[in-house]
Amino acid sequence: MLTKRIIPCLDCDLQVPEGRVVKGVEFKQIKYAGNPVELANKYYEEGADEIVLLDITASREKRATMGNVVKDVTENVFIPICIGGGIRKVDDYIDMLKAGADKCSTNTAAIHNPDLINEASEVVGTQACVVGIDAKRRYVDNPKESDDKNIIETKNGYCWFDTSIYGGTEFTGIDAIDWAQECQKRGAGEILLTSMDRDGTKDGYDLELTKAINDSVDIPVIASGGVGKPEHIFEAFDIADASAALAASIFHFNEYPIPEVKEYLKEKNINVRL
Amino acid sequence: MITIIDYGSGNLRSISNGFSKINVKSNVTKDPEKISGAEYLVLPGVGAFGQIMNNIEPYKKLIIEHISEDKPFLGVCLGLQALLSSSEETPGVKGLDIFKGKVKKLPIENGLKIPHMGWNRLDMTLCESKKSCSIIDGIDQDYFYFVHSYYASPEDEEVISGTTEYGFDVTAVLHQNNVFATQFHPEKSGVPGLKMLKNFVSMQL
Repeated sequence: MLTKRIIPCLDCDLQVPEGRVVKGVEFKQIKYAGNPVELANKYYEEGADEIVLLDITASREKRATMGNVVKDVTENVFIPICIGGGIRKVDDYIDMLKAGADKCSTNTAAIHNPDLINEASEVVGTQACVVGIDAKRRYVDNPKESDDKNIIETKNGYCWFDTSIYGGTEFTGIDAIDWAQECQKRGAGEILLTSMDRDGTKDGYDLELTKAINDSVDIPVIASGGVGKPEHIFEAFDIADASAALAASIFHFNEYPIPEVKEYLKEKNINVRL
Repeated sequence: MITIIDYGSGNLRSISNGFSKINVKSNVTKDPEKISGAEYLVLPGVGAFGQIMNNIEPYKKLIIEHISEDKPFLGVCLGLQALLSSSEETPGVKGLDIFKGKVKKLPIENGLKIPHMGWNRLDMTLCESKKSCSIIDGIDQDYFYFVHSYYASPEDEEVISGTTEYGFDVTAVLHQNNVFATQFHPEKSGVPGLKMLKNFVSMQL
């Protein structure tokens, strides 16, 4: 039986030569969590199922730095590595895969140029094409008045999910469910789904969002945004049936080490790799 | 010395890193002469069936010769699928035909996601019951990293040495003489994967 994946995410600031892992705490202060190569090694040893390296500086000039980080990481880390941030054209996928990465995630670039998904999946394969979707709830009073959107009934009322770009600073008005289905058609192999309502809150994943997207596509969905404790990861698997759960700060600051999280999930009858 | 065929597929660095980690030298090459002189030959692979068959066109004869001389050969992921006769992924394109049979699309059933992506348990009981299978020495029901939408369905089921459960028993390892092929990625499967690479290079020439 396929196991549920636990994926630590390293937000990398690449303004220094070797990069450094950062984490925004309560939206304001930035805390340094360590060196990306050292942290990736630590999580590999602890039993992470995959690692996401996110270039938060996300500028073209920093891609070579990210390439070097990937090269250093993959010398000793033998699990899949996914790169996000700054992936804008097919050559970017190729460069990252050559450096040792297995997958690349695009978000804003795919919205601006959806053909990128088709082109990239033809060249590097579906399995290497992850699309990141950052979604935010838009509540509506009367579901019948928004018949061009997929309206979901939630505990807090009716809403649809708006797709955001540039890290949640701009909104497109594109329905996230429609967009997820289009990504699958175009050749995406996986969806990395982040709730902009929950990101950074530690209140738990947006389970209604995760379930809605997961039910509308056949490709795997990674839940992201809002995890504060192992129970949240359990819910993402048990309630929303996500294929994988992404988390950052709970691992970085040793609040809940990966082995402890996996043991907890196993006790709750979630199939994990131990 | 391990020879890894570079036919332009994505991530070759990881597989050579895997061999470095177990202190074995490997050579990633496009050079037909080096491939022809290989002791241990590795055919990696990601992408689509039509693409790999097109890209390995210059090396097809060399691969078939290598295998017919009974020299150790390892196919990984699409490098396993290339050993079959044909694939539903790209109808009309011929495979290497080392194993008679077809590569088929994984069925979408019971809400199972496609691609089959992630860590799944390897069942090698077929291998243990039928023949000696040095590639699994020291590996006992471990997890390996899979990512694929198609699976191998050889006519002679005897060549299937390992399976994994994903709605049904999916071919995970093919083995005949000195030919090994894995649907999963040993180079992305942590310690058990490295162990498998080590077993491969421990095979007698």
